[in-house]
Amino acid sequence: MLRIENLTAEVEGKPILKGVTLEIPDGEIHAVMGPNGAGKSTLSYALAGREGYEITGGSVLLNGQDLLEMEPEERAASGLFLAFQYPVELPGVGNANFLRTALNAIRRTRGEAEVDAMQFLKLARTRMKELSMPEDMLKRGVNVGFSGGEKKRNEILQMALLQPKIAILDETDSGLDIDALKIVADGVNAMRGPDFSALVITHYQRLLNHIVPDRVHVLADGRIVASGGPELAHRLEAEGYAGVLDEAA
Amino acid sequence: MPAVEETLDTVRDATQGAYKWGFETDIEMEFAPKGLNEDIVRFISAKKNEPSWLLEWRLRAFQAWQGMEEPRWPAVTYPPIDYQDAYYYAAPKEKIGPKSLDEVDPELLKSYAKLGIPLKEQAILAGVEGAGDVPADGGRMPVAVDAVFDSVSVATTYKHRLEKEGIIFCSMSEAVQNHPDLVRKYLGTVVPHTDNFFAALNSAVFTDGSFVYIPKGVRCPMELSTYFRINAKSTGQFERTLIIADEGATVSYLEGCTAPQRDENQLHAAVVELVALDDASIKYSTVQNWYPGDENGKGGIYNFVTKRAACRGKRSKVSWTQVETGSAITWKYPSCILQGEDSVGEFYSVAITNNHQQADTGTKMIHLGKNTRSTIVSKGISAGKGQNTYRGLVRISPKAANARNFTQCDSLLIGDLCGAHTVPYIENRCMTAKTEHEATTSRIAEDQLFYCRQRGLSQEDAVGLIVNGFCREVLKELPMEFAVEAQKLLQISLEGSVG
Repeated sequence: MLRIENLTAEVEGKPILKGVTLEIPDGEIHAVMGPNGAGKSTLSYALAGREGYEITGGSVLLNGQDLLEMEPEERAASGLFLAFQYPVELPGVGNANFLRTALNAIRRTRGEAEVDAMQFLKLARTRMKELSMPEDMLKRGVNVGFSGGEKKRNEILQMALLQPKIAILDETDSGLDIDALKIVADGVNAMRGPDFSALVITHYQRLLNHIVPDRVHVLADGRIVASGGPELAHRLEAEGYAGVLDEAA
Repeated sequence: MPAVEETLDTVRDATQGAYKWGFETDIEMEFAPKGLNEDIVRFISAKKNEPSWLLEWRLRAFQAWQGMEEPRWPAVTYPPIDYQDAYYYAAPKEKIGPKSLDEVDPELLKSYAKLGIPLKEQAILAGVEGAGDVPADGGRMPVAVDAVFDSVSVATTYKHRLEKEGIIFCSMSEAVQNHPDLVRKYLGTVVPHTDNFFAALNSAVFTDGSFVYIPKGVRCPMELSTYFRINAKSTGQFERTLIIADEGATVSYLEGCTAPQRDENQLHAAVVELVALDDASIKYSTVQNWYPGDENGKGGIYNFVTKRAACRGKRSKVSWTQVETGSAITWKYPSCILQGEDSVGEFYSVAITNNHQQADTGTKMIHLGKNTRSTIVSKGISAGKGQNTYRGLVRISPKAANARNFTQCDSLLIGDLCGAHTVPYIENRCMTAKTEHEATTSRIAEDQLFYCRQRGLSQEDAVGLIVNGFCREVLKELPMEFAVEAQKLLQISLEGSVG
């Protein structure tokens, strides 16, 4: 259970989140939609603990643990995963090496045994097959020279390997063609279960046709202004944000 | 446990945490009096029972040195060195071979253990009788070690196996006694005794080093390795290494360096000469992690080293790979004289400067023969208040038709108090020659660190991963055992440099 209460945050002294309250029970997938500048990316970075995103108030609890007290890597180890809107390139760092290092770092913190290179390769290959990813992506530098679609699929692969309790997908659908979108959605749907929840941040209804959310929230000017079932996303698609926002105001 | 695995384990143990080699072995030393003059040179030569031609050569070098000045052109600063305020000879007194490890000075064994040398090799190093006859277990290529423990080579390993191939791998002192003709033929022919201030000093007072000769057509069956250690207080270390690969011969040589922690700066002025004849190939790898001084810049080794290779033969090849993480000051330009037609020179370098470390390092590729080729890949990493300079020369003579050079210099900055400098010289006097130079300067980006940390890596692991990625092209040139050690060292050297 992720419980966000009255969260406020600022970037470079400018208030962006002005009191976000949101609860995602285990096993549920929630979507956050909103116009540009609503604070969607700030919300995801604030939850993950990125430098420069200063929390000025409120609380965030993941299964009762205070996330805001933790370093980014501790948040990751406690089960929070952020699929980046713009996955970062790490030149010279092999994708396999990176994924195994990350997996073992998290396993270590959880008190689980580390996986060796052979075990890892077996695991990675199985997951990659499920995501229709060519095996040579393991050998390449992390995200270096990857197409937009490959980068996003690599994020989903990492999620599948790290098995988080809650995944935040920050506009994972941006820049994806329909086939890639489907693969990404399948990756998320495969994770569905009583121990997994997700916060899907998106501009468009499109992704939510493939990942059907339990709840949809509208974020505008740093606050959740409306919440509803999947039908809310359809309304937004049909009427635009303006109509929903007017109603909320 | 196979020796290699044991080595890796000990390396792992030894490299976790801050500078772990800050120990001092308490062994009785035999000192020459402090200071430097002709008598000291004679004393060293007499101690080592050297032939008169070598003494003459040392004296000529000493005379030349007296008229020379320390180079001022490197981008490094340090207080003046008092060459009269140092010992130039120190040797462990133990001379008779012990029967087993129990009889070996336990302090010496402790030193080896801290260095991460496996027990079996410790026995061989300490000169335990018969220890060298034990065959290497495991399917991996064994490593032969020649440990230079305060100026005198304690022992060489795997000697018998090498002897079967006709390979000579011994200390320079032994070579002078047992192979004087080879030494006389090649010593000082690549780095003359008048070459530069530090090389002249070394020629006058060198105490030991390694000697390698690979006969015609022989491919050396194992990696040859030397552990350099500076142990006695205020003892300059003047190594002299000479490697000769005869026609068609191949050898890979590893040089590893650690030193105990100290407050005074210590001078290390080594000379390494490589000679490759027709179709010969020499690979020379260095991982240098000498004491860099503390975070305030106190103490640390002055590493003023002359390394040069002569690719004399047609199609000969010399490849230098260095990972320089230690020393307060590094002044070092492993070079290749590409004399033989179609000869090849390579230089792969990683240099890290953290805290107050200074490095002025690079290479010289001197193209003399036709169709000669050279590759330079330099990765400089600056953190803390470190200053890192790449200084390189590519010179192509009018006769070096179709010569080619490719140079790549990349600098990585961590923090905003450090500096990276690139000083490439290209002198091309040949119309058909081609040179290429690429250079980049970058920082570890905040988004890279955050990305790694979001995946569960600690800040320091993230820096280590990114830096290792930056250095990958160089690290992949290192032999396996060294690559593992080097990766750990890169990370240790940068501890505390971010955040």
